[in-house]
Amino acid sequence: MAGRVIVVTSGKGGVGKTTTVANIGTGLALRHKKVVMIDADIGLRNLDVVMGLENRIVYDLVDVAEKTCRSVSKALIKDKRLSNLFLLPAAQTRNKDALTPEQMIAIVDELKDDFDYILIDCPAGIEGGFQNAVAAASEAIVITTPEISAVRDADRIIGLLQEKEIYDPVLVLNRLRPEMVRKGDMMDVDDINDILAIKLLGIVPDDEEIIISTNKGEPAVLNAHSKAGEAFRNVVRRMEGEEVPFMSVDGEPGLFGRFLKILQGK
Amino acid sequence: MKLFREEFPSKKQAVERLRLVLVHDRAQVSTGLLELLREEIITAISKYVDIDEEELEIELNATESKAELVANIPVVRVRRPLE
Ligand SMILES: Nc1ncnc2c1ncn2[C@@H]1O[C@H](COP(=O)(O)OP(=O)(O)OP(=O)(O)O)[C@@H](O)[C@H]1O
Ligand SMILES: [Mg+2]
Repeated sequence: MAGRVIVVTSGKGGVGKTTTVANIGTGLALRHKKVVMIDADIGLRNLDVVMGLENRIVYDLVDVAEKTCRSVSKALIKDKRLSNLFLLPAAQTRNKDALTPEQMIAIVDELKDDFDYILIDCPAGIEGGFQNAVAAASEAIVITTPEISAVRDADRIIGLLQEKEIYDPVLVLNRLRPEMVRKGDMMDVDDINDILAIKLLGIVPDDEEIIISTNKGEPAVLNAHSKAGEAFRNVVRRMEGEEVPFMSVDGEPGLFGRFLKILQGK
Repeated sequence: MKLFREEFPSKKQAVERLRLVLVHDRAQVSTGLLELLREEIITAISKYVDIDEEELEIELNATESKAELVANIPVVRVRRPLE
């Protein structure tokens, strides 16, 4: 059985690609899927620190491409917490030309049969690094925040994915701030859905726990109390084909709502 | 001040500006697409009529509310229908 190869991309930088890969990778592994996360952001490696695995790296993606290490599996780093979760780190001291789309395809081909999911963390931008990250993927998750520039770039990315014959990308709206949406000062999920017109995979609130979890190198999805973690757990369930209602965009229900929930025994 | 905010929430401005900017972005991206379309239209139409390929024009006109594809195809000669 060949696993699903999914690229996580955005166009605009800093909107949450790496955070998303770390969380859904961990979330899928929690559900006993065999998962490998590939950090394709060569020169700006991040996924290792977000996962807390930075001290375990021996070989990297470019070493694998150049066959400095004997096989792909030699370069895979096993997660600290979950034995069915792996990271293939990016090279930190090389630049983006150190890899070609063909090499990326060959590496993913080698991994495909051994994993249920191969998640590729794409660098920002639309140049070589993007081309490499997308080359081997057959599905895409597009990340945006509710800001004009990020949504605009997401639109561009959706067009470029089409050229790569990825026709049904899905959307994760990250860093939503319910209180700003309520005041009318932030685009909400319906506005963005209308504009981008692709299927929604998840809505992730802006959450301090993301920063705390990054400090610790422990994805928020492992934290039962994090709202972003909860959102990522829902994303994972949807990826696995479950129908999960979307979080209320209005955020926490007010006092009355909470009271009602208690009455209803929820 | 309060009234002003409620009537012009900044997100409405964001949505409007985004829509406009995307109309332009998408129209630009589609120039490559238009070239392909042009080629295929020529092939398809030439089976039935002779057209002036040089003068053939295809345009994508996009405004905020709608987009239309306008083609102007000068016909040189209509072929006799095949029996
Ligand atoms: N839901 C969230 N709530 C709060 N902070 C977040 C959230 N998502 C991401 N961040 C923070 O935003 C920053 C950028 O996130 P991340 O590194 O995942 O983005 P990226 O798209 O991978 O960036 P790059 O384009 O540089 O690779 C990080 O500091 C991260 O902790
Ligand atoms: Mg990143």
